[in-house]
Amino acid sequence: MSQMTAPPARRSWWRRNQIAITPWLFLAPGILFFAVYVILPIFQSIGISTTQWDGLGEPVSVGLRNYEELYYDPAFYVSLRNNLIWLVLYLLAIPAGLFIALFLNQTVTGIRIYKSLFFFPFVISQVVVGLVFTWFYDPAFGLLNVMLGWFGAGPVNVLGDPNYVTYGIIAAGLWPQTAYCMILYLTGLNAVNPELIEAGRLDNAKGWRMLWHVVLPQLKPATFIAFVVTIIGALRSFDLISIMTNGGPFGESRVLSFYMFEVALSEYGFRMGYGAAIAVVLFLIMLCFISYFLWSMYREERQR
Amino acid sequence: MKVAHLLSATLLAGMAALPASAGSHEEKLSGTLKIFSDMSNPAPRAVMEGLAQDFDAMHDDLTVELTIIDREAYKTQIRNFLSANPPDVANWYAGNRMRPYVDAGLFMDVSDVWEGTLSEELASTKGAMTLDGKQWGVPYTYYQWGVYYRKDLYEQYGLEEPTDWESFKGNCQTLLDNGVKCFTIGTKFLWTAAGWFDYLNMRTNGFDFHMALTGGEVEWTDERVRQTFANWRELIDMGAYIDNHTAYSWQEALPFMANGEAGAYLMGNFAVAPLREAGLDDDKLDYYQFPAINGDVALAEDAPTDTFHIPSGAENPEAAKAFLKYVTSADVQTKINAGDALGQLPVNSGSSVDDDKFLKEGFEVLSSNSSGGVAQFFDRDAPAEMAKVAMEGFQRFMVQPDSLDQILDNLERARQRIYQ
Repeated sequence: MSQMTAPPARRSWWRRNQIAITPWLFLAPGILFFAVYVILPIFQSIGISTTQWDGLGEPVSVGLRNYEELYYDPAFYVSLRNNLIWLVLYLLAIPAGLFIALFLNQTVTGIRIYKSLFFFPFVISQVVVGLVFTWFYDPAFGLLNVMLGWFGAGPVNVLGDPNYVTYGIIAAGLWPQTAYCMILYLTGLNAVNPELIEAGRLDNAKGWRMLWHVVLPQLKPATFIAFVVTIIGALRSFDLISIMTNGGPFGESRVLSFYMFEVALSEYGFRMGYGAAIAVVLFLIMLCFISYFLWSMYREERQR
Repeated sequence: MKVAHLLSATLLAGMAALPASAGSHEEKLSGTLKIFSDMSNPAPRAVMEGLAQDFDAMHDDLTVELTIIDREAYKTQIRNFLSANPPDVANWYAGNRMRPYVDAGLFMDVSDVWEGTLSEELASTKGAMTLDGKQWGVPYTYYQWGVYYRKDLYEQYGLEEPTDWESFKGNCQTLLDNGVKCFTIGTKFLWTAAGWFDYLNMRTNGFDFHMALTGGEVEWTDERVRQTFANWRELIDMGAYIDNHTAYSWQEALPFMANGEAGAYLMGNFAVAPLREAGLDDDKLDYYQFPAINGDVALAEDAPTDTFHIPSGAENPEAAKAFLKYVTSADVQTKINAGDALGQLPVNSGSSVDDDKFLKEGFEVLSSNSSGGVAQFFDRDAPAEMAKVAMEGFQRFMVQPDSLDQILDNLERARQRIYQ
């Protein structure tokens, strides 16, 4: 037997390292594209943000001047404030989605149709959502003002008023985002263990207590994903703003991503360096959330 | 910027090294002529397609390849294609709007096209095509701005076309007393408010001051600028403009005039076509020149000019130059600017203006009643960054006139940064 267990005299390098290398080979295309299209541009942006460049000629290095200007730029703070409002209010999509999901999680004839109807806003393009809400808010003929008129309230120019505009756009954004969260919770509810519910019933739990102590803990993975997609959705809320107000009135509805587009890439934007500086700030904000998500995922993995 | 000039110099030197057979237009044109155009609206599109076809038919060995890009998308795409994939001819705008591409060496110096008779025929727009003493393209159309008003409403309330600031405001007050807003406007995309600023400033302080201001030579906190805003404020405080104008684009503001909820619109001549479509015939719609405010300054007008340029990376510059000459020739100008084509004003003095009420009036105003000068438009006279900041300020002023000090401080800070 001993001569059988002895290693073959010459094993190829590939055979020796096969197990260690295979996962890397499978990962290689992904890593390559991630590096070229995600990691590299991050460093490029940081590089561009230290220059003054119109996107046409040669960039001129200006050090941290762009960041210094950002510090004194009132438009930047307006965008930053709106970003925070978006982050907080957009999270309403999670409870709203949960309650619609609970409501729809029953067996009635035609429930699939109702589910699809509730999911519909997520399927249509954000551009369409934006246009629909623009007409809904229209001060002259919009449905909102017609309805307000029934109660004797005057017309409100939601998208033209600096005080309401951001909230108006967020309301439009919540419509599809709620549908998204609803779908996440609906699939989550399918996985709820009926035995645990049964056990709760025996212990006389119902209503809120049942939801809070028995159902919700089991929905934790769904909540986590809903939280992640909503936060990311709030930070890249670009299309709705572009469609509904174009950042106006006088820049009051801008968020950082839109402001970056405006200064660097829009019709009047020729300041690549300044735009890149805004992008870097936005990246740093996102980085906080991303690190938190990665950290909590890592922790979950370790607990298993 | 020095680096940019260096780059432009090398590019131009490179161009000169190309086989330069330009100059003799008897030379047979051959190869392909690639044209990128932003004339995407139905009528201009038909004009552009006709131009390309005719030019193609005139030259046996030349194939014209036309690409039409959406007008708004074109404004951002031009940067990419000028450097990455330059055509032989491209549309753009006159004035400072072409400065970034001229400075970056992306537009070819076409002064040689202008040599000779063309300079005389196109004298009215030569200034708008000139930067650093050279011409960088040719115009193909321009149009007047002015006040388009509901003639029937004015007659109903016994109003005349105003001739001075007092009658302008008086008319407005009469309309307001009868429950009609004086002016419709949609400031969602900002530039409409700049039209008002252009006129108020040129009437208050004159053309030269306006040019100095857009050229960055005057402080925005200057007393004369404040006077312009004070005049503007009189209209705002009267309630002259429709409510909620921040929510509308210029097209969305048209129905207010068509329904008779507003009496007039300060706009370019391109507003006539949709207003006619909305049912306002020539008995209901008329035009007047923005009246004088300060009697001491000569009247000046906005007349934006649309243009053709040759990118410096063009592969067939001879054919491109021949095309520029073709487009600006008197006959072609008459044809493409006719009422059934672009419906605008020809740039060639040898062309004839179409028999259309508004075109004739506009031509009259620009040729004989605009002694102060002809401006392009705020966002073409001022550099892009300044235009953006300023137009946002104008919109804000129309909503919150009390924050004028803050707005002007903001603009002044932007001016010091942009024109250094």
